[in-house]
Amino acid sequence: MSAAAQARAPQGAPVASRLRHWAERNSWTLALLGLFAGILLLTYLIQPTYGAPQLQGLAVGAMPLAMAAVAQAIVVISGGIDLSIGSMMALSSVTAAVLMKDQPEAFAIPVVLGVLLLGVILGIINGALIVITRVPDIVVTLAMSFVWAGVALVVLASPGGGSAEWLTGMVKGPLGPDFLPRALVVLLIIVGVIWIPLRRSTAGLSLYAIGSNRLAAFRSGVSVGRTKVFAYMLGGLFSAFGGLALTATTGIGTPVPGAYTLLGVAAVVLGGVSLAGGRGGVAGPIVAVFVLALVRTDLTLLGVNSNISTVIQGAILIGVVMFGSFLTMRQART
Amino acid sequence: MTTQTGVVPSGGGLGVAERTRRLLRDRPLIPLTALLVLLVVLMQLAQPGVVTQSWFGSTIRAAVPLAILAAAQTLAMLTGGIDLSVGTVASMAAFIMATQTGSLGPEAAIVLALLAALIAGIANGIGVGVFKVHPLIMTLGTGLVILGLMNVYQLVVVQSGTEIPPLFDWLGSGTTLPWLPNNLFLFIPLAALIILGLRYSGYGRLLFAVGDNAVAARLAGVRVWQVHLALYIIASLLAAIAGMLVAGLVKTASLALVEQAVLPSVAAAVIGGTSIMGGRGGYSGTIIGALILTVLTSLLIAMQMPEAVRQILFGAIIVVVAAVYTRIVDVS
Repeated sequence: MSAAAQARAPQGAPVASRLRHWAERNSWTLALLGLFAGILLLTYLIQPTYGAPQLQGLAVGAMPLAMAAVAQAIVVISGGIDLSIGSMMALSSVTAAVLMKDQPEAFAIPVVLGVLLLGVILGIINGALIVITRVPDIVVTLAMSFVWAGVALVVLASPGGGSAEWLTGMVKGPLGPDFLPRALVVLLIIVGVIWIPLRRSTAGLSLYAIGSNRLAAFRSGVSVGRTKVFAYMLGGLFSAFGGLALTATTGIGTPVPGAYTLLGVAAVVLGGVSLAGGRGGVAGPIVAVFVLALVRTDLTLLGVNSNISTVIQGAILIGVVMFGSFLTMRQART
Repeated sequence: MTTQTGVVPSGGGLGVAERTRRLLRDRPLIPLTALLVLLVVLMQLAQPGVVTQSWFGSTIRAAVPLAILAAAQTLAMLTGGIDLSVGTVASMAAFIMATQTGSLGPEAAIVLALLAALIAGIANGIGVGVFKVHPLIMTLGTGLVILGLMNVYQLVVVQSGTEIPPLFDWLGSGTTLPWLPNNLFLFIPLAALIILGLRYSGYGRLLFAVGDNAVAARLAGVRVWQVHLALYIIASLLAAIAGMLVAGLVKTASLALVEQAVLPSVAAAVIGGTSIMGGRGGYSGTIIGALILTVLTSLLIAMQMPEAVRQILFGAIIVVVAAVYTRIVDVS
């Protein structure tokens, strides 16, 4: 590890140089954060009363998609793609809602743990099927999206169920100061606690390795199959978090999957993760989700028809990706 | 599995199992057709007497729009791409046609619908071909843009109501010789054009070349961006035709008309043996794939499976077919 650390930034290098190095590696995410700040400023100009309650609403609304984006980001980094995330979220959400309805508050703790375990199992099944059958990721997860959505319908035929008070309380309202939404803190803690240690571990490095160059990873002794299953397992786990966030924020479970799969892919690409695999992180996609949510808020505040906002979101998606590939092409030429 | 130890020299000495496996690999249509026949037999067993001429007619009538949508998907997949905007483009074409027939007349409405699809195709083609945006993202983005625009358009034409032009009413839901669906009159020439075009035309070969190795194709002098541009235009026009057929079949049009057929169109191409990685596949398999999915759906309905179980089996069967197929093709 020390060799790797030295390669990244020489020991004893000036703080400024290390900082510059760090900023260079995270330039895309930092640019997105800047964009978010800019749009937030714009929001205040449009609507001077936009304040803490609205920010909390923004965080609550963005939480499920942020989880979906993290799930997709991890899978995409490992060189795959998971089209069943929306269905897994629906299944987790209805399972949690059905089990928590009319139950004592304490009972919800094993339910939450059980749903997370369920997500892990779903992800392992996805990954194992891909590794064992050798069918392309996109095909297997596309087919499994039907399966998981079907199971969700078996669990709960129409929207219903309930959520424990404390689970809803975990995402609603501020934490400490008014401008700090509780949902955002919970999101960052969950993602941070799982992702930051992981990324520095051998398993995390393997994820990037198989996504970047599978053959080279294999020849360096990485167990490609096992790492792939691991990536999909994490995808399932974060989908389960997303499902729990859905139940917590809406108070019920809905068996029909939302557009989280494809919006998640969009956020991942906006967040600087290459669809070819091996590049990017989970911070970029999370910021991208908040940028998209805030743009939608602004358009609503401006009185723009919500259908036009869909057009604008699509145009932003295409525009940013085109800009990104334009930069890459120019770099390749010089 | 023990017979699969490396390549056996040509000439005698091949075991029966190995020979069967090679036959299946070289002629994927045989196992697919067998599966289709099996499903039809199961259908007859599930509901004795249901398999009649008119059943065949209505099955084909339902399968043709899916097969055309899957044609768009097959062509895109041959180059290693995918077109997720086919559902939106198809719905858009159907909706424009249905809302403009009253004011512009049927011919102009159809032309207008195809024109809109052409623009969508050009947008996809420029994004993928010129700007090298990943097809998944590009077509997803155009899908979002089109959906939003169509919602706005819907508000404008809310009073005009929908009217299906007589041509697509006849093509979409009419039958000749009591049971033969009229959409075959459109589909058979179209399918022949695609199958023969892929095999014998220069453009067809370019699609395979780009999908197999885009860099090699470019170094060999192929203008890859032009291939992509033409491909996504063709895909959008095919989607538009499929959408207008669906509108003729259900005799109405809405903005979500064809959306739920996007994933089955990918599934039909995959079951039909087209590789999502590009460079391998063909349209005849996709047609059988679309038929298999259609028969499967009606079989599950006939067995009175609830919607939930239908979805589960649908997904499971796609995985199994794709897995068996990959196993047959890969071990060579």
